[in-house]
Amino acid sequence: MNRVSPVLSARDLTMRYGERVALREVSFDVDAGELVAIVGPNGAGKTTLLSILAGVQSPSSGTVSGPATGAAIGWAPQQSAVYSKLTVSENLRLFARLEGVADPGGAVARMLEQTGLSERADERVQRLSGGNRQRVNVALGLIGDPPALALDEPTSALDPGQRQRLWEFVGQLARDGTAVLFSTHHLGEVRSYATRAIVLADGELLFDGAPSDLIAASGGGERDFEAAFVAFLRERGHA
Amino acid sequence: MRWLLGKDLLILRRSRLLVGVLVIYPIAIALLIGLAISRAPGKPRVAIVDETPPGQTIAVGNEHVAVSRYADQLFSQVQPVHVASREQAIDDIESGDVVAAVVIPRDIAARIASGVSQGSIEVLYNGNALEQSLVQSQLDSALAQANLGFSEQIQHAAAQAIGVLLSGGNLGVLGAPSNLIGLGQIPSDLHSIIARQPPGAERTQLERIERFAEFADQNLGLSRNVLSTIGQPIQVKSTLIQGRRTPLNTFAVVVAVSVSLMFVCVLLAAGGVALEREEHTLARLARGGLATREGLLAEKLLLAAACAFVLALAMLAGIGAFVHLEWSRIGEWAIALAFGAVAFGALGIAIGALAREVRAASLLAFLLSLPLAFLALVPSGSVSRGLYGAIEAISFVFPFKAALQALDAAVNGASPGLGISVAHLLGLTIVFGALARVGLRRLD
Repeated sequence: MNRVSPVLSARDLTMRYGERVALREVSFDVDAGELVAIVGPNGAGKTTLLSILAGVQSPSSGTVSGPATGAAIGWAPQQSAVYSKLTVSENLRLFARLEGVADPGGAVARMLEQTGLSERADERVQRLSGGNRQRVNVALGLIGDPPALALDEPTSALDPGQRQRLWEFVGQLARDGTAVLFSTHHLGEVRSYATRAIVLADGELLFDGAPSDLIAASGGGERDFEAAFVAFLRERGHA
Repeated sequence: MRWLLGKDLLILRRSRLLVGVLVIYPIAIALLIGLAISRAPGKPRVAIVDETPPGQTIAVGNEHVAVSRYADQLFSQVQPVHVASREQAIDDIESGDVVAAVVIPRDIAARIASGVSQGSIEVLYNGNALEQSLVQSQLDSALAQANLGFSEQIQHAAAQAIGVLLSGGNLGVLGAPSNLIGLGQIPSDLHSIIARQPPGAERTQLERIERFAEFADQNLGLSRNVLSTIGQPIQVKSTLIQGRRTPLNTFAVVVAVSVSLMFVCVLLAAGGVALEREEHTLARLARGGLATREGLLAEKLLLAAACAFVLALAMLAGIGAFVHLEWSRIGEWAIALAFGAVAFGALGIAIGALAREVRAASLLAFLLSLPLAFLALVPSGSVSRGLYGAIEAISFVFPFKAALQALDAAVNGASPGLGISVAHLLGLTIVFGALARVGLRRLD
């Protein structure tokens, strides 16, 4: 069977900070339309992995290849990276121009429409709620229409309603063909929205597969994803 | 870069409080510094109790020096407040109306004229140690000036009296004979008398008197020069070894403008870079080359430098309406301000690159800038040699002193020349620019 070329391919990614190894030879591929959750305990290397994929930092060794690398991958960091004194549309227009988008005005209108922020377009970001600010953060990652999007804990500051609206939006992106990688501590979101889960612990990739496969790998049964995840880590010596 | 520049201008326009502080604060500081430097210490307000009878004089030969001349000399050195009595003067000192009082006693003329004792005056003052030191120092200087002026009057009178003794005439002293023969005439008159005398004991005596008269004439003639030498034993001749003499008020302008240039530039540049970190946008910009770190730093530096340049040039032009400045040197002003602004901008971006947030960057900029400005103004000789060497070294590695010297050279033609200062500023720009680049290695 012919496999479609991945939009992003990570090979043997290793990241060292002095003596500490944050990532150890992590390899995986991501296809278009996949919604990949990167999970793991604190300090597992999730943010490091996403920042390497997004081109924010270079790995100590290993490579990232494919059409969605560097600036070609959209990126929404954990803390909103937006100018709070600018309006929503001014932020979008600025990054559209910096990314060399052919029609910045059109791209801004499209993103406002997609993120449901059209009515807030002329409002300064500093006056927005945490949820809407996160939407702007994600919208900035998408303004260049990238084939893949890296979201670092996108729902950590959101209330349940805001989380649900964000996932509806992100799910639609994936259905439209954008590969989405996200890190999260909300394991219920992994079970509900991710098509694939990558488990990291102490910089090592311990699991790469469907969330249901993780439950099976930890004994199956009627366990929920969170219980399966904890059991999985414990079995591999990561309490 | 232009999109980032546009973004920063928009943010600046919306930060009215920041802009207000950046404009008003340095101007206020600059004006205060300018006033403090340009204003010579004001004349102290001193109560004067003049107990001498009106019109009292001191007789020196046929000359009479009015005692009021001493008071006049003193009044020109202080802001005099005439009071009737010593008690009134003490009340005025205690109430703070005057800083000190000078009591000129009734018998001052008699004591000076006696030739056996000095005239004396009484000085009263109050206040804490610092005030006492300041007032005493000011008053000592005023009294020394008055003494000098008064002694010149007495010297003049004494010289006139000596002149009468030498050349003859009326001495004007009570009891002295009129139409005195001058010492200078005695030898020639005596010589013709001696010529007619036969040799003998009388002629020998007359010859001795003639030799004494010659000797006295020659040496009393010298006494006029001696009097002036005693009055002012050392004459001061000032020579400026290097550079042009900078008037204090135009130097104050240079200090005021340099301080404003520094504050606006350092704060804007530091705040601009720190804002990117605070908003977490640094990584978003730097990744994938949306904006290079060098480009980002250059944009912040140029924006800060341009704003500070415009403000400083406007300040200089505004002050120029009140203080005489050579407008023909405006090209040099612009060069000095431009290089100074760029060097301050480089210092600012280095501070901003080290700080994680705008407030920390602003605080750091203040903490660094203020002492640097004060250190650069410490004059040589006012502190120990070792300490001054350390101050010079610190001032050398930061842009304030170089910017001050560049502007002083541009405005006043002072040394070192504009070229040297500009080269110094350029070197500092490169160093601080490199430091900023190192500081921006970390994107979070």
